[in-house]
Amino acid sequence: MTDTFHRTEMLPAQKPPVTERGAVKWGRENLFSGPFNTILTLLGLSIVFLLVQWLGPWLWNSVWNAESIQECRDIVAANAGPDASGACWAMIRERWNQFLFGLYPPALYWRPTLALALLAVAVAPVLFLSLPRKMLWFTIIYPGIAFFLLWGGSVWTPIVAMAGFVVAWVAFRLVQGTVGASVGAGIAIVAAVFWWVFIDRAAVEILSSNAPLALQSVDSDEFGGFLLAFVIGVTAISFSLPLGILLALGRQSDLFIIKTICIGFIEFIRGVPLITLLFTASLLLGYFLPPGTTFDIILRVIILVTFFAAAYLAEVIRGGLAALPRGQYEAANALGLDYWNAQRLIILPQALKVSIPSIVSTFIGLFKDTTLVSFVGLMDPLRGVTNAVRADIAWKGIYWEPYIFVGAIFFVICFGMSRYSMYLENKLKTDHR
Amino acid sequence: MALATDAPKDHFRLSMLVYDTRFRSLTIQVVVLILFGLALAWLLHNVSENLAAKGRPFNYGFLFSPSGYDIAQTLIPYNSNSTHFRALLVGLLNTLVVAVVGCILATIIGVLVGVLRLSKNWLIARLMTVYVEIFRNIPVLLWILVIFVPLTELTPSPNQFKLTPAMQEAGEVPTASMAVLETVAFTNRGTYIPWPAFEHPFGSVSIAGISVNLTFLAVVVVLGLGIWASRTIARRARVVQEATGVRPTTWWSRLLVLFGPLILVLLAAGFYLDIPQPPERFNFEGGFLLPHPFTALTIALALYTGAFIAEIVRSGIQAISRGQSEAAFALGLRPNRTMNLVILPQALRVIIPPLISQFLNLTKNTSLGVAVSYMDLRGTLGGVSLNQTGRELECMLLMMGIYLTISLIISAVMNVYNRSVQLKER
Repeated sequence: MTDTFHRTEMLPAQKPPVTERGAVKWGRENLFSGPFNTILTLLGLSIVFLLVQWLGPWLWNSVWNAESIQECRDIVAANAGPDASGACWAMIRERWNQFLFGLYPPALYWRPTLALALLAVAVAPVLFLSLPRKMLWFTIIYPGIAFFLLWGGSVWTPIVAMAGFVVAWVAFRLVQGTVGASVGAGIAIVAAVFWWVFIDRAAVEILSSNAPLALQSVDSDEFGGFLLAFVIGVTAISFSLPLGILLALGRQSDLFIIKTICIGFIEFIRGVPLITLLFTASLLLGYFLPPGTTFDIILRVIILVTFFAAAYLAEVIRGGLAALPRGQYEAANALGLDYWNAQRLIILPQALKVSIPSIVSTFIGLFKDTTLVSFVGLMDPLRGVTNAVRADIAWKGIYWEPYIFVGAIFFVICFGMSRYSMYLENKLKTDHR
Repeated sequence: MALATDAPKDHFRLSMLVYDTRFRSLTIQVVVLILFGLALAWLLHNVSENLAAKGRPFNYGFLFSPSGYDIAQTLIPYNSNSTHFRALLVGLLNTLVVAVVGCILATIIGVLVGVLRLSKNWLIARLMTVYVEIFRNIPVLLWILVIFVPLTELTPSPNQFKLTPAMQEAGEVPTASMAVLETVAFTNRGTYIPWPAFEHPFGSVSIAGISVNLTFLAVVVVLGLGIWASRTIARRARVVQEATGVRPTTWWSRLLVLFGPLILVLLAAGFYLDIPQPPERFNFEGGFLLPHPFTALTIALALYTGAFIAEIVRSGIQAISRGQSEAAFALGLRPNRTMNLVILPQALRVIIPPLISQFLNLTKNTSLGVAVSYMDLRGTLGGVSLNQTGRELECMLLMMGIYLTISLIISAVMNVYNRSVQLKER
C-alpha cells in the first residue's frame, strides 16, 4: 500500500473569519455584545450624532474677523445661507486681552507675562524633583519679584518686607543655641513682627528717597481676568498647604487646647459656603480691625481663600496621617527623634504621599473657586469680564463663545493639574502592589 | 552590680517649664490659650468700637420689622409686609428645596454615569469619561450661567405661543412651539411643566395653624402602608424559604399591595396631569411654573455634583476586589444577585462617606444662586435684608450660623449612618 497523496509543505495559516478579526471583531465585542449593549451603543451614537449635527455647522461657520456680532451674523449669512448658525470668535480676537488681564494697562502687559514666565521657573523645582535643588532659592524670593512686577511701585517695598524673614532667621540662629528651638522660634516671630510694624515703612521711605527704583504702580482694581484668577489661586495654593499641614497636625495633637482650636477652625470654615467667607472679607473684616484700617481687597480675598483651602487640606492630610500604621510613630520615637523631626522625616513624607490625589483635587477646587470673587466686585474671567463684554453694544447677544473660551482655559489648567497628580503618584509609589 | 536608682528629685525650676517634657506641653497650651484669648479680646474690642462709632448697637430686633420687598419664588405665604424673619424662612426653604432636588438628581446621574463608566461598551464608557472630565474641571459657576443665560435670553415670550382665531383662519402657526410632546413650554418667564392635579380633592384641614392637604396626606399614608405590606410579604417569604427551601412567588402580590390601593386613591380623587395650555390672552394656563433661576441652579448643581458622584461610585465599585464577585459566582449566585447581595453592600461602605460630603458641597454651592438672582438664604437674609437694614454683622453672623447648622446636621446624620454600616471588627 502506498501513499496516494501527502503534503510536503505546511499550508499557510488561514485568516480568521471576517467576524473574528479586525474592526468587526472589536465592534462585536465592545459595542454590540448583547441586546442591552446594542441599545446603549445606538443611544450613544445618536447622542454623538445630535451633538455633531448641532455643533458641527456652528463651528464650521466660525467667524474670526468682525467688528460686532451683527457683522458676524452677516458674514455667516453670506457664507452659509440665512438660516445657518456660526460661532463668532471675532469677539475673543478683539477682547482676549480683557479675558487675560482685565483692566491692566495694556502698555504693561509684559509685566504679568514676565511674572508668569518666572512663575514657571520658580515652580519647576517644586514639581520636578530631578531639577537642581539650588533653584529653590529662586522659588523663595519669587513672591517678592512677582509682587514688584504685578503691582509695581517702589522696588524697596517687597525687598524690605522680605527682609523681615531674614531678620527672623538671623534672630532664630542667634538665640537658638542658648534658649532652644521653641523659644527661639517665638523670639524670631516677635523680631519679624517688630520689623514689619515699626521699621518697615521708615526703611522703605529712606531707601526710596535715596535710591528711587520704581515701576509704574498698578491698582488692585485694574487686575482682572485670568491674571486675577492666577494671582489668587497661586498665592492661596502656596500658603494653604503649610497652613493645612499645621492644622492637620494640630487636630491630631495630644494638646487639648490646640486640638480644640484647630477643630473649631476647621469645622467652622468647612461648614459655611466660600461665598459667605468672601462677603466676610469685603463687608465684615472692617468690623474686626481697629477703626480706620483698610487694606487691599485682593489681599483680603487671598487670606480668606487661603483659610478656606487650608481647612479642606487639613482634613485631607488628616486622612493621610490616620492611614499611617501606628508603628511608624513608634519607630520615630524609638529613634529618639523629637516631635518636629519625627513629623518632618518620617510621618509627613508618607502621609502627604498618600494624600496627593486629594490634595491636588482640593487645589483644583480652589482654582475653580477663584471665579467666585466676582461676587465681591472683582473682575474674574468668568462672570466679571464676560458680563462686561456682553454689556458692550457691539457684542450684545453673544452667548456661548465667551463661556466656551473661559471654560476651555479652566479645563486645560485643571485637567493638567489632575494629570500631574497622577504622574506624581506614580513617581512616588514605593510599594509593589 | 548596677542598681536602678530613682529619678533625681530635684526642685522645680522655672526653666523646667520649657525643657522638661512633663511640663512643656502644659506651658505651650497655656501660652496658646493666652494668645488666643488676647486675639479674641482684641477682635471683640475692635467690633464694639466700630459699632459704637457707627452708633448701632448689636441687636436682632430688625428681624421682626416689615421687610418691604417681594420674592419671586416662595414656598410659604409671604408678601412685602411680612417680616425680615419670614423672608429668612422663605430663603432658607428655597435653599433647602434646591439642595434636596439637586442631591436627588445628582445621585441618579452619578450612579448611572458611574456604573456606565465601568461598562464594557467602549463608546458609552468613553462618553461618560468625557462627561465626568468636562464637568469636574470647569467651575460650577460657568455651568449655572451657561444654563441660565440662554434660558432667559433665547426663549420666546408666552405671547409667541398664542394661536388666535385670526391666525387659525389664515392657516398660520404660532412662532414658538412646546417641547416634549407638547407638554413643556420654555418661555422667558419660566418653564411651564405638567403638574399632578385632582378633579375632586379631599380638601384640607387646618391643624394648629398649618393647613394640611388631605389628598396629599392620603397618598402618603397609602404609599407608606403599601411599602409596609410589601415588606411584610417579603419577610414571610423569607421565613417560608428558610423553613422549606422553596421561595414562594411573591412579585405579583407585592406589586398589588404596593400600587393597588394607591391607584384606587388616585382614581377616587380624580387624578390627572395638568398640562400647561398655550395662552389665550397673556399667560399660560395650568401646569406649574418653574422659575429660571431655580431650574438653572438645580440642573447645573446636579450635573456638576453628579460628575463627582460618578467618580465616587466608580472607585467604590472598583475598590471591591475581584475575588468577591468570583466567590459569589462560585457559590452559584447569578450576576444580579451578586451585585445586590455581595458587591453593593460592600461598595456602599466605601461610597457613602464621600457621597455625603458631596451632598454637603452641593448644599453649600446653592449659595451661588446669587449669580442668577435666586432668592435663597443668601439672597434674602444675606442680600436684600442686609442691604436694606445695613446690619452687616448681624446678618452675616446669622447666615453663617444657619449654614453651619445645616452642615453639622448633615455630617451628624452621616456619622450615624457610617457607624451603622461599619465593619464590625473584633
